[in-house]
Amino acid sequence: MGDVLAFAEQRDGVVRGVTHEVVSTAAALASELGGECHALAIGGEGLSGSVGALGGFGAARVKVAADGALAGYAAEAWAAIVVEAVRAGSYGAVLFPASAVGRDLAPRVAALLDVPMASDVVEVSGAGGAVVVRRPVYSGKAFARLRMDASPAVVTLRPNVFPAQERSAAGAVEEMAVSVDPSSWKARVVEFKTASAGSLDVSEASVVVSGGRGMKDPENWALLENLRDALGSDVAALGASRAVVDAGWRPHGEQVGQTGKTVSPKLYFAVGISGAIQHLAGMRSSGTIVAVNKDPDAPIFGVADYGIVGDLFEVLPALTDQVKALKAGG
Amino acid sequence: MNITVCIKRTPDTETRIRIAEGGDSIDSGGVKYIVSPYDEFAVEAALRLREAAGDGTVTLVTLGDAAAAEQLRSGLAMGADKAVLLEGESGFDGLATARALATELEGHDAPLILLGVKAADDDAQQVGPMLATLMGRPCVTAVSDFELNGDTARCQREVEGGTEVVEVDLPAVITITKGAFEPRYASLKGIMAAKRKPLEQKAAEVPAARMTLEALELPPARPEGRIVGEGAEAAAELVRALREEAKVL
Ligand SMILES: Cc1cc2nc3c(=O)[nH]c(=O)nc-3n(C[C@H](O)[C@H](O)[C@H](O)COP(=O)(O)OP(=O)(O)OC[C@H]3O[C@@H](n4cnc5c(N)ncnc54)[C@H](O)[C@@H]3O)c2cc1C
Repeated sequence: MGDVLAFAEQRDGVVRGVTHEVVSTAAALASELGGECHALAIGGEGLSGSVGALGGFGAARVKVAADGALAGYAAEAWAAIVVEAVRAGSYGAVLFPASAVGRDLAPRVAALLDVPMASDVVEVSGAGGAVVVRRPVYSGKAFARLRMDASPAVVTLRPNVFPAQERSAAGAVEEMAVSVDPSSWKARVVEFKTASAGSLDVSEASVVVSGGRGMKDPENWALLENLRDALGSDVAALGASRAVVDAGWRPHGEQVGQTGKTVSPKLYFAVGISGAIQHLAGMRSSGTIVAVNKDPDAPIFGVADYGIVGDLFEVLPALTDQVKALKAGG
Repeated sequence: MNITVCIKRTPDTETRIRIAEGGDSIDSGGVKYIVSPYDEFAVEAALRLREAAGDGTVTLVTLGDAAAAEQLRSGLAMGADKAVLLEGESGFDGLATARALATELEGHDAPLILLGVKAADDDAQQVGPMLATLMGRPCVTAVSDFELNGDTARCQREVEGGTEVVEVDLPAVITITKGAFEPRYASLKGIMAAKRKPLEQKAAEVPAARMTLEALELPPARPEGRIVGEGAEAAAELVRALREEAKVL
């Protein structure tokens, strides 16, 4: 019962960054439980090539369920395949990323297997044979330590929290035979609208530059975009407070907070954001928090590691120049 | 069309959380309770569908203690028609909660079951898809907007990097997130009417939880932050600190 299965998320054949975190964590948990780590990837044809490298993150076996009809996410079919893979082994835990796909898929898998599930976990251990997790509750205002009393334990891991660790190992890739019948699916993804070409999603970025009502006008977002670009648009993404999303200045996909996205980047900038408790709910677990606000009493300074008190219209351009100078200087 | 909406009593999102003695629950003294905000989106969606169709009923269901009648009355005041209070404990094991709800909902003639994407207390995002799976229904989660075309719902679902459009055949379960369904306020008339609407109260059949709480803890205090300076001149010091102290640049 000591093996651990890691769900290896990919999109269009490209393994997602968070998958390395999930596989690495599964490998660490498997060694605590006295078993092996296996990875499972589901997707379209030609997948074996792109997921083969997961062995290097600790997967002794990489199982691949590939079929043209599985190229996009199809909840019912994917859940059935995960369950089949779980039943074919002897797993003590099944780990997913707490991504849009993982959050949707894992509870279905848990229900089909009739086992409990822990969501959005920030710590997982297998000490003493039982899986114990730690996860935020009450919008991050508290943490619950939970013992999972059925096997396998189904868990989703919060992105950007667990380290991705390369190891000098190579896993064997095994194709899983699948037969899928899309005509029987009761839910179908019929379209995918890309938010804005090439821009990184706020929940995946390692640096987030967020703006609030203090930005005054949607046109001023160019100031935040400049800072993001200086930091590197391959690692940095834009975020927003609810106030500006509700005002229609920014799309809801960028909203950080209780009714938006939860982010845990390495570095979070809150610019012209007061720091309401519902905003903190989405970003307080960020590594380093920087606040720029003209009000020295703004609650955001209570969680920030570094703050600048001042007018963001003066601070942002200066900050962007400093970051540029730093990057240019190497 | 008949629609059932599952709602939950949760502490107000502004509430300061204190851990009660014993370390395995929160101190409920002085806590104000509300309908979980995501569930309000779901109630709003149901009411709009009923209004557009001109017929059908919206039924609210909650699993919780007797006090949760207050949240059912809030939903009735928004305009729902009737409510069921399943008295029982809704703990951290989402599957136990989903089973208790499924037992009740099997008896409902509701082609559409709506829930909030997650509850504002356990933040788990599990009960909707689990409920659907137990009932053998399809489910679309985290839906910010949807429309009905006959027996199909066309849903907008926010995912990393964009929006997925998902078509789902009814009967189905849909979980709602923030988006098109900004909840209405209950009118005074609605609040008065809610007092006379049917609210059935019965014991829930909740299976034993298999995920048990060992401890609740407050988050570790963040180390005291530092104001590096005022205005544009502070930018250089900030960048230096981010590079040399925090090592994040
Ligand atoms: C159920 C519920 C859920 C919610 N969910 C979320 C959520 O997910 N995310 C979220 O963000 N909020 C959420 N909120 C809203 C939240 O309570 C706040 O209203 C919101 O976060 C405020 O946004 P803001 O900080 O941008 O605006 P404000 O509170 O208006 O703050 C603007 C800040 O900008 C500063 N400022 C103004 N001008 C300048 C300038 N020139 N230079 C520098 N600083 C300046 C001001 O000092 C102020 O601190 C939720 C609320 C509820 C009730």
